[in-house]
Amino acid sequence: MIDLVWLIPAFPLLGFLTLICLGKSVREPIAGWLATTAIAGSFLSVLIVFIGMLLEKNENRQTVFTLFDWIPAGDFKVDIGFLADPLSITMCLFITGVGTLIHLYSIGYMHGDPDFNRFFTYLNLFAFSMLMLVLGDNLLLTFLGWEGVGACSYLLISFWFRDPANATAGKKAFITNRVGDWGFMVAMFLIFFNFGSLEYLEIFDILGSNQIAETTTTFIVLMLFVGAMGKSAQFPLYLWLPDAMAGPTPVSALIHAATMVTSGVYLLIRVNPIMVEASTWSTGLIAWVGAGTALFAASIAVAQTDIKKVLAYSTVSQLGYMVLAVGCGAYTAAIFHMITHAFFKALLFLGAGSVIHGMDGEQDLRRYGGLRSLMPITAGTFIVGWLAIAGVPPFAGFWSKDEILAFAWDKNPLLWLVGIVTALLTAFYMTRQVILTFFGKPRYLNVGDAGDAGDAGDAGDAGDAGDAGDAGEIHPHESPWTMTLPLVALAFLSLVGGFIQLPFSSSTKRLEHWLEPATFHNETHLHLSSSTLWILALLALVSVAIGIGVGISTYLKEKIDRQIFEKPSLVNAWYFDSAVSKFMGGSGSKAFTAVAKFDKEVIDGAVDGTGQIVKKTASILRRSQNGLVRTYALGIGIGAVGLLIWFLTRTTL
Amino acid sequence: MIITTTWYLLLAAVLFSIGTTGLLVRRNPLIMFMCIELMLNAVNITFVSIGSHLNDLGGQLAVFFVLVVAAAEVVIGLALVVAIMRRRSRTNADDLKILGG
Repeated sequence: MIDLVWLIPAFPLLGFLTLICLGKSVREPIAGWLATTAIAGSFLSVLIVFIGMLLEKNENRQTVFTLFDWIPAGDFKVDIGFLADPLSITMCLFITGVGTLIHLYSIGYMHGDPDFNRFFTYLNLFAFSMLMLVLGDNLLLTFLGWEGVGACSYLLISFWFRDPANATAGKKAFITNRVGDWGFMVAMFLIFFNFGSLEYLEIFDILGSNQIAETTTTFIVLMLFVGAMGKSAQFPLYLWLPDAMAGPTPVSALIHAATMVTSGVYLLIRVNPIMVEASTWSTGLIAWVGAGTALFAASIAVAQTDIKKVLAYSTVSQLGYMVLAVGCGAYTAAIFHMITHAFFKALLFLGAGSVIHGMDGEQDLRRYGGLRSLMPITAGTFIVGWLAIAGVPPFAGFWSKDEILAFAWDKNPLLWLVGIVTALLTAFYMTRQVILTFFGKPRYLNVGDAGDAGDAGDAGDAGDAGDAGDAGEIHPHESPWTMTLPLVALAFLSLVGGFIQLPFSSSTKRLEHWLEPATFHNETHLHLSSSTLWILALLALVSVAIGIGVGISTYLKEKIDRQIFEKPSLVNAWYFDSAVSKFMGGSGSKAFTAVAKFDKEVIDGAVDGTGQIVKKTASILRRSQNGLVRTYALGIGIGAVGLLIWFLTRTTL
Repeated sequence: MIITTTWYLLLAAVLFSIGTTGLLVRRNPLIMFMCIELMLNAVNITFVSIGSHLNDLGGQLAVFFVLVVAAAEVVIGLALVVAIMRRRSRTNADDLKILGG
């Protein structure tokens, strides 16, 4: 049954090709249902492969299924081959599972959009690329998927490209990712140079038998990490992710929360045998970048007023947790958090989408309030997502976050401290978001109302207030079943998702045993006593309680002035984005002009110069070809005499 | 006086030089053609004389080849000359530079 692995990417590819061939000839809901069927078929194939794998013994769970030779060139050979092992199948399970739900949701969300077909064409292409990324048995195939998801991400962020801001956001995402792609490519070159192969299993074999210098593996890991930084939005390459929210909300849920952004983390876990060979400072660096990103992004999320921006920074923060786990060598914990995060963050994004849908496109938290009774299903499921991400037991987020924090403590208590502060902030900003959206008084009715004065003050944004005044009549309503069904399913998964890996005993750590064939026993083992673990879990709970408590007393009871938290520096994301823009627009742009000039004059000059020299020489030489037969005859004669002289002198000398 | 191989070779050299000079200085295509024939036959004389000097049939064999090639060349060359003359009767070889484009 594992042999059916090729079906997994085949279904979305088929869906994509069908949709692109049909074009505008299919009417609105049909395109959506076609795409959803394609991804659902893919999900079914994953389930079949998964069951087939479960029936195998642990050591037989890693198979390579080669379709055909892709690039046969001498010693260099790359196949289109799929590596089916517990790691890739786990990824596929939640990619296609969450993907199916989000496709279904999109049918409702994209209702009435003139480019309905185009949206689903892109979504299926994305699913195909993502599955190729995950299933590829060599780095080049992974890179193909990597670029594919990048392109789809660009296409979908700037989906409503008629607004220049959206098109710019798409470009920003694409260009920022190029920095990461550069790292990935350098890593690939290095790997091929040192190992002579790009296939994962072959690389790992060589790594096991030959001695590869530690400097080499360290450099490879660092370059791969640069790649992961771009895709998984780590500091300082996170800049594109908040802007990526310009795309339709299902895209934010699928690509910029659940699947694509985790591919950097996946890549690092996939090459874990190389990571183990690298020096400890490089993994330490990864852990610190992850922890730093987690705290940094969480602090920004505290003060954002756009419902999707909060979730975007939250995603950056949670990805920081995963990278922290990878840096600590806790690969299972990273995958575990990736899965639970896919559930609850997709849920939160889809919930936010449902709210935006019900509020006629309004995204400002300050214009919500009291939506709980008007959107009961959205509110209920959103609250489940809130509890899951905040880390309240027994919801999924608690278990995965707790495991990462335990590993962080084991590596360096300072890392743990950063993690726990992030957890506190996470609980706080999510509480803030839930209360501003679903609780309190409605703030969307009368904009000039007294209750709104405080909000208008902290907004300091007269333009926004004017906009809402125009909208006037908003009638919040619950979304159709295609949108609420995925919400309910994801809420259920966010509730029970944590049970795949419970820390109590060895037998409840199911995910860890399951992933063993892919982690090759490279996983760090905790050296903590159970009492330490209990204390750590308790401290995590205390921090969550503080976060939620402060959140409630600030935003629901309004006992604490919210200005304390919503500092301008946080609202503006520590001015990092604007600083980068300023640098790029000012002194940076001069430097780049200089580089461009160097490129134009020295590099292009060398290339063009070669051409010019040939051209000039030729224009002189062509005069000899004057069309006079006798001149040619003279030339032949002189040549013959010259040859004769040469032969004669050669023999005599 | 015994006529040695050297004499034949000298004759060939003289004929060849006359041919070359004629080819280079004359502009009439027909004359140039005859000069080429002169050069070819100078080479033929060399072949035959060296062949008989070394008692080797190969020399005479080569002459046959040269004659055949020369015949073929004459066919094409004369056809070209006739074609050109038909078009412009007082043409010399240097005027053909207009074919250079």
